[in-house]
Amino acid sequence: MGELAKLTIATARDMLRNKTISATELTNDCLSAIDAGDALNAFCHKTPDHARTQAITADKMLATGDAPDMCGIPLGIKDLFCTKGVKTQAASAILANFKPEYESTITTQLWQQGAIMLGKTNMDEFAMGSSNETSTYGAVINPWRGNPPLTPGGSSGGSAAAVAADLCLAALGTDTGGSIRQPVAFTGITGIKPTYGRCSRWGVIAFASSLDQAGPMAKSVRDCAILLGAMSGHDPKDSTSANLAVPDFEAMLDQPIKGKKIAIPKEYRLDGMPQDIEDLWANGIARLRDAGAEIVDVSLPHTKYALPAYYVLAPAEASSNLARYDGVRYGLRADIGAEDGIDEMYKKTRAEGFGDEVKRRLMIGTYVLSAGFYDAYYRRAQKVRNLIKRDFQQVFDTGVEAILTPTTPSAAFALGDETAIDPIKMYLNDVFTVTVNLAGLPAISLPAGLDSAGLPLGLQLIGRPWEEGELMNIAGALEKDFAFDAKPNAWWG
Amino acid sequence: MQIDQTTVKRIANLARIDVKDTELDAMADRLSRIIGFMEQLNEVDISDVTDTPAVMPMDLKWRDDTPTTDETGGDKPAQILSNAPMTREGFFAVPKVVE
Repeated sequence: MGELAKLTIATARDMLRNKTISATELTNDCLSAIDAGDALNAFCHKTPDHARTQAITADKMLATGDAPDMCGIPLGIKDLFCTKGVKTQAASAILANFKPEYESTITTQLWQQGAIMLGKTNMDEFAMGSSNETSTYGAVINPWRGNPPLTPGGSSGGSAAAVAADLCLAALGTDTGGSIRQPVAFTGITGIKPTYGRCSRWGVIAFASSLDQAGPMAKSVRDCAILLGAMSGHDPKDSTSANLAVPDFEAMLDQPIKGKKIAIPKEYRLDGMPQDIEDLWANGIARLRDAGAEIVDVSLPHTKYALPAYYVLAPAEASSNLARYDGVRYGLRADIGAEDGIDEMYKKTRAEGFGDEVKRRLMIGTYVLSAGFYDAYYRRAQKVRNLIKRDFQQVFDTGVEAILTPTTPSAAFALGDETAIDPIKMYLNDVFTVTVNLAGLPAISLPAGLDSAGLPLGLQLIGRPWEEGELMNIAGALEKDFAFDAKPNAWWG
Repeated sequence: MQIDQTTVKRIANLARIDVKDTELDAMADRLSRIIGFMEQLNEVDISDVTDTPAVMPMDLKWRDDTPTTDETGGDKPAQILSNAPMTREGFFAVPKVVE
């Protein structure tokens, strides 16, 4: 059991096409691995019947001999994606038992191509968190260590744990401030946040609409390229979706990176950063130089203001987006007294349905948008966002193709370690990733080594807008050099 | 900026979230920390910076003002009500709003 679930998308695709395995066998193997992996809490709703039905369809498509790349590939789907008739709660109690009447654009595209949903993956409530501890289903446990349990990161922690533990071939994540990249770094896998507008947001439960982007979480750069290609494309139902052709990302891999200009930003060198991360970064730089890349030192002067700007803008957008959860149209409605009016119903429902971190962010968002504070906080943060974007633009204008940084300032930490006594401490996890969301850029994180405690660490490459193909090509060169093949001990099985 | 209990109550009311009196202190403390953290933004000179209307330059799209025939089109009362906590005669039901 679980042997087929260990496959990459690329290998499984070839085996499915040459009939070495069937989609049904592959799906059943993943379903068994998921059942054996309950201790990880990675899946919050399993959909085995749905998966088997889709596998039969995929096998029929494969039999015709002309199946798309993703045909027959079993995936974990973050609980943020609306899936028709299947519970979708954004890991929140306020969406208790919500079953969407429609399917998100991204998952619609995937099912049309023959991909298979194994279930919905656990996450931080409404994607607000960096440790998966804000989920109404309880935290996910990082496959790399169960005792004492480590966080898989967040918010796409269930997707990361499921891929790292080989419960599925790949998974969908979303990234508003680092929610794909931080968990993939913490679990030793690869994930990319595409350029804002590359993938449709339609049917993906909104957190901060100007920052949210979905992306693949997978076992290799090649798998990210295949899955991203299948997820991308223009969608008239999302007004911010880009009307651009989707290149064949996979065909852009394995190109030489000789002569490519890669930038190293000095502001990402933090005081007190662990030596392991310094070393990892230095190693990444050395490897790129060996491959013939030209390494240049650059400055992104407004980097330190990215986190405070993000924690104004994201909660502001969330306070507006999450106003829809009012106990009227879907999800939870709190019990109210006979004398209670509609305002009490709203207030009690939202108090009962939202967790502490979500409430805090909604309150902050409401505050920075409220009369008298809008200019001082929200408007100012918008302008700082523009400066952060301009910093990147100026670097790319000098011919830089990608920027190399660590993904996170630490390896995975223990669950319960950085609980909400000081929310700022948790926010600092996103210090290297939020800049990218603010600027709308694509960025990939790939595993680059283990720290002295044996935990995986990631490096991040940030690319030019719409240049995911080139970005993954450079990441692929690093991946080949690192040859990272460490796996967690399967203690959960 | 220190957020006091009165401010917490005011924001909670605007956000339509019930906050118990016993929670006010802890909430005020945490919100104050977060707002304090944001105050770093005051160091930045923004005098010649414009707002960010869209992070990727994009023209807003136009479409014909006709109903679509996909999921976003009309005439789907059953689907729209299917997840509602309470309905009555084809409508969402809520506590009495006007006497």
